[in-house]
Amino acid sequence: MALTSTAGLAAAPAERESIQDWLDRQAGRLFIMPAVVLILGFSIFPLIASAYLALSRFKLAPGGYTLTFIGTLNFRKMLTGSQQFHLLGTFGTITLLGWAIIAGTAVLVAWGTLRYLRSGQVGIVGSIGRLITFATALALAVMFALDLGEGGQLGTIATTLFYVVGGVTLQFVIGLGLALICAKPIRGRSFFRVLFFVPLMVTPVGIAYTFRMLADTAVGPFAPLWRWLGYAQTSWSADAWTARFVVLIGDSWQWIPFIFIVLLAAIESQPRDEVEAAQLDGASGWQIFRDITWPSIAPVAATVVLIRAIEAFKIIDLPNVLTNGGPGIATESLTLHAFIEWRALNLGGSAAVAYMLLFLSTIACVSFFNFVVKPMRGARA
Amino acid sequence: MSVLKRLTEPKSLETMSPLGSVLVYGALIVWSLVVLFPLYWIAITSLKLPIHVSAGPVYLPYIDFMPSTHAWHYIFYDLGNDTLRPYMNSIVVALVSTVLAMLIGSMAAYALSRLEFAPRLASILLFIFLGGVMIVAVAGFGVPWWIAAVVALAIFLLLARAVGRTMRASLGNGDILFWIISQRILPPVVAALPIYVMFQSLSLLDTRTALIATYTTVNLPIVVWLMYDFFVTIPKDLEESASLDGASRFAIFFGIVLPLARPGLVATGLLVLILAWNEYLLALFLSSANAQTMPVLVAAQNATRGPQWWYMSVLILLMILPVIGLTLLLQRFIAKGLLLGAVKG
Repeated sequence: MALTSTAGLAAAPAERESIQDWLDRQAGRLFIMPAVVLILGFSIFPLIASAYLALSRFKLAPGGYTLTFIGTLNFRKMLTGSQQFHLLGTFGTITLLGWAIIAGTAVLVAWGTLRYLRSGQVGIVGSIGRLITFATALALAVMFALDLGEGGQLGTIATTLFYVVGGVTLQFVIGLGLALICAKPIRGRSFFRVLFFVPLMVTPVGIAYTFRMLADTAVGPFAPLWRWLGYAQTSWSADAWTARFVVLIGDSWQWIPFIFIVLLAAIESQPRDEVEAAQLDGASGWQIFRDITWPSIAPVAATVVLIRAIEAFKIIDLPNVLTNGGPGIATESLTLHAFIEWRALNLGGSAAVAYMLLFLSTIACVSFFNFVVKPMRGARA
Repeated sequence: MSVLKRLTEPKSLETMSPLGSVLVYGALIVWSLVVLFPLYWIAITSLKLPIHVSAGPVYLPYIDFMPSTHAWHYIFYDLGNDTLRPYMNSIVVALVSTVLAMLIGSMAAYALSRLEFAPRLASILLFIFLGGVMIVAVAGFGVPWWIAAVVALAIFLLLARAVGRTMRASLGNGDILFWIISQRILPPVVAALPIYVMFQSLSLLDTRTALIATYTTVNLPIVVWLMYDFFVTIPKDLEESASLDGASRFAIFFGIVLPLARPGLVATGLLVLILAWNEYLLALFLSSANAQTMPVLVAAQNATRGPQWWYMSVLILLMILPVIGLTLLLQRFIAKGLLLGAVKG
């Protein structure tokens, strides 16, 4: 390839050479332009348009539609008005658990602030970033405490956070456990590796239906067990928390393989000689994990949690198919909330919900990157 | 030597203690069941008659119940084209969008890994500002979108240089890379509404083209991210000597770099293919009858008569068998390719 083009170049007249030179000089731009144009067209432009939509009221009119600019009304309605129950949840009186959540978050925030002030690297960007992170964390803690209070109910923000935090934690713990097991000298390692990878391939919609079948207490495969336990008549889909946990289990079944396979590769690339030396010195399995394995996989672990969290914020397939968001709004994620508003032709409200999700996931993911992923990578270097 | 010690301590470094291996193999078997049982249940449900489902669970074909191919028959013969059309849609959309995303994304990733870019911050701000003005003009004041686009572009080209001279701050490759990757944080539902309106005004709604364009964009960030990590690890010597021989950037990229990056291309491509194949939300927004894809078809099985588990199981199997086959075929690439980038962190 390289040779032929050289030959062509040498034989070409001066005019063609200049075109080729121009092309070569512009190569960088030509390489990157298609990607930038696509992202501008299908991502940035829609983002700006969505912002306008979130600030308007959409109405179908004869021969089309009308958009009326209404300022922040869509947001106010959700944060303080008639739709508050949907987004933020129904507020109850704060119980002991609620106070514990608030106190725990406050301690964490205070600790973070103290560490930052003592680090001696206080700057404007860092301060503003921390202010946003800490304020959001406190606000979410108060919201959770109110939702979990007596007579309270989770809104779509709280439900989404439950999927993200609960799901990613569960998936990380099991994924790490499986990876540690598969890194041991076992027979049929490549067989298990491929087998454990399979759920990642299955369509989320298919997983949702499959778990609906499996979880059915009357005709599902575990029906005899439920009958024996005396739960045959109760349906998991009627209770808010069991419904949420079924969604969580379906989601975990799909995503544990992802964490598993990345962590397995990380564990296999840990320093072998150090592990062997420690084994010869008679170190226990736990000591080896704590002192050698974990430090060497921590940066990868933090990255994989971040990737998983980014995707987890967008969950819709499972709750939509598994429970239709019910009972009530108990399993509704933010994306599903936006979709339901869109189906009801409340396009302004839908865009506003979508924007709330964008704010939330951006703040959470950027904070996690800055406060967890970066320090962990720095620690290794 | 106590019995306890003999049970818990390995004989040598490369083996496990008896108790340890019981625990390890126990865990492996338990998790294999967790993975396999749902798949087994789909497979046997696709062979059940409605009565076998509604009367309570039966587990083993030929022992608890006589398997029947009625569901497969219904999906393939009675529905025929109604199954085939979404299936073809899914195949075409997933394959074409994957190829496009891989091509465009690899090119961008390669450029970012080898060349220096320094777009002016001022130009970018101007561009965003004009975009916003354009949208307000179109949505708020009813200006036709193509007039607004042409005017905005003209103003941008006129002002870009002038603004760039006064504000000299510029961005680097790292910023561009971060910007592209951060698009993955953007929830698709934020973009879905305007994209819907956009395709509606282009009368491309419910076409494969709309889905292909959208999926390509949505998957670009992953391709750029993974392929960037991959290109960074490829030594530059070959390219430099080819460049000295007079080969153009394009010849170097397509003739030398892409073949070298094959493991990464296969692994990334497979991941993107699976994501496009399984995508649900955007398909729900952008397709109705003609361009309907398989995930939407599967989800729609719930609609009128309550869940038809047996038909659904057949459709789910039709969706997962090709990807599982593909994965088994390419699995040695996955282990080598995808993880290189991810593990490097």
